[in-house]
Amino acid sequence: MAVYKRTYSRYTGSLTNERWRFTILPRYALKTVFESKVNTTLFIIALIPYAVSIVLIYLRSHLDALLTLSPPAVEGLQLLSINGTFFLTIFIVETFASFFLVALIGPGLVSPDLGNNAMPLYLSRPFSRTEYVLGKLSVLVVLTSLITWVPGLLLIGLQTSVVGLSWLSDNLRIVAGVVFGSWIWILTISLIALALSAWVKWKPVAVAALFGIFFVAAGFGTASNMLLDMRWGTLVNLPIAMRMIWRWLFLGESTYVITTPPFGELPAWTGFVTMISICAIALCILSRRIRAAQVVR
Amino acid sequence: MNMAFVELESLSVSLGGRPILKELNGAYSGRCIGLLGPNGAGKTTLLQTLLGFYTPTSGTARLLGYDVRTRIRTIRHHIGYMPENDAFIAGMPAIRFVRMMAELSGLPEEAAIERAHETLFYVGLGEARYRQLGTYSLGMKQMAKFAVAIVHGPSMVILDEPTNGLDPVGRLRMIELIREIRDTHDINLIISSHLLRDIEEFCDEVMIMKDGRIVTYCNLEEERRANRKFLQLETRGENGAFLEAVERLGCECAVDERTRRIKMILPETVEIRHLYEIANAHTIQIRRLEAKRDSLQDIFMKAMETGAPMSGANASPAGRSHQGR
Repeated sequence: MAVYKRTYSRYTGSLTNERWRFTILPRYALKTVFESKVNTTLFIIALIPYAVSIVLIYLRSHLDALLTLSPPAVEGLQLLSINGTFFLTIFIVETFASFFLVALIGPGLVSPDLGNNAMPLYLSRPFSRTEYVLGKLSVLVVLTSLITWVPGLLLIGLQTSVVGLSWLSDNLRIVAGVVFGSWIWILTISLIALALSAWVKWKPVAVAALFGIFFVAAGFGTASNMLLDMRWGTLVNLPIAMRMIWRWLFLGESTYVITTPPFGELPAWTGFVTMISICAIALCILSRRIRAAQVVR
Repeated sequence: MNMAFVELESLSVSLGGRPILKELNGAYSGRCIGLLGPNGAGKTTLLQTLLGFYTPTSGTARLLGYDVRTRIRTIRHHIGYMPENDAFIAGMPAIRFVRMMAELSGLPEEAAIERAHETLFYVGLGEARYRQLGTYSLGMKQMAKFAVAIVHGPSMVILDEPTNGLDPVGRLRMIELIREIRDTHDINLIISSHLLRDIEEFCDEVMIMKDGRIVTYCNLEEERRANRKFLQLETRGENGAFLEAVERLGCECAVDERTRRIKMILPETVEIRHLYEIANAHTIQIRRLEAKRDSLQDIFMKAMETGAPMSGANASPAGRSHQGR
């Protein structure tokens, strides 16, 4: 019978598994994300460094053959080595790419629900606040994973396939760095994006606040360093804090050398502390804001 | 005895340190339970506590037999909720939103698609189901919220001010839909409203709230039954013999000395045609006869005037304390 001819009836069929019900949110959200040409374009742009890397890895592994064909054109490749520094460079670029992607998509995930008072509709169902946050978070995790550790591991696989397993065994630190470092960055920026959009409930303001945290906080940190003659202000600069982590993971550098005045060094573990603190604050904000009903005091 | 769908046991809720619900008690088994009260009486807080949005400060409540403190997820499996305020995602087409909500309630994808279409046609939004919710009129948004509340086929639907902002046609349509799901789909309803007419239309039982307390419980079904034979007459002619004759039938009569109107309570066995027969026999003209009963408005106004909270057994339907009588 045609749908429009049917009348209402009670549902008596089977129900889906509660454990995986949070995946409904990313399914709907990702569809919406890729309906936007801007989002799709940014996502593709974020993959360009990997495309370039694939070409470089391929050329570097076939250097001997290329030198016989056209020596002057490939001389520069002799200086290139596929090591921790190579991956560090890629992931510093991807730090920014993933941030822009999260800044563009993240605030649109939670603020429309809160702004339009849709939370009671979500939470009056067998669906908890934790599942809601997990569902929204997984949208950003999926997207940023596809431009960080997933292609990073593919690059490692490619390098291993052309050079041999010995390269992999010599560079296991890079594998750990790609996965572990990416997850730290992904979780931090995703939670910040969700927390800010839950806090301000208005997408454009949430985007502005996110850029503020990323860039204005960096300036604030540098100014604090100069005014108070200290080094700890560097830690509020998120890209720098992440760079400390990347350098420790990829190159084993346990201290980070500050290259702006006042010059000095910071231990790498402070970068981890910064990220963990930011995640904790973001979770606190989400816990207070993601509620079916707000109490007006 | 009917199963109580809503049970309140010394339920108290404080928000921001302020007591909002105070020691609510009662067990309600009606198919449609109404919550009446002025703004700020605590109706929405009570509904949201039943939905698990607020944790009781003390006491507890049970919905469909499940405790809201311990079995809230199970409760939410069986419940549909239509909030008072606008609640939707502006940039999403109605069909997609309703479908997503059905899936979040546990329906598989295919079933959710089918039921989202069915439900939107059922509430009268079939032709507008691909439009974005943000472009809907107020009445359409109310209907979309109603669709979201029933799409997963709940056994109880909680409606907070369902006719808010609806024009007369929309209101009638909403009333028709609510009546239909109550009567033909075996769905229990809890309706909160400050519109007495709405509550009178749907509900069997009514809790009247004031300042966070239940001040009156009223079983409308019993009220209707009990008051059906309560009459008020105006007669012309000497009515002494007429009154004696009707009293012999078991009627209770009282004459208002000022207006000369007769108030009469008929026993079950006496019908109105008997009164006309007796009047005819005594050459009395019955010029006016009206079945009189306390309207919900009378009951509500009395509750607001007295405002004394009901406590203990009196608050319970079992106590049968009907201030309206």
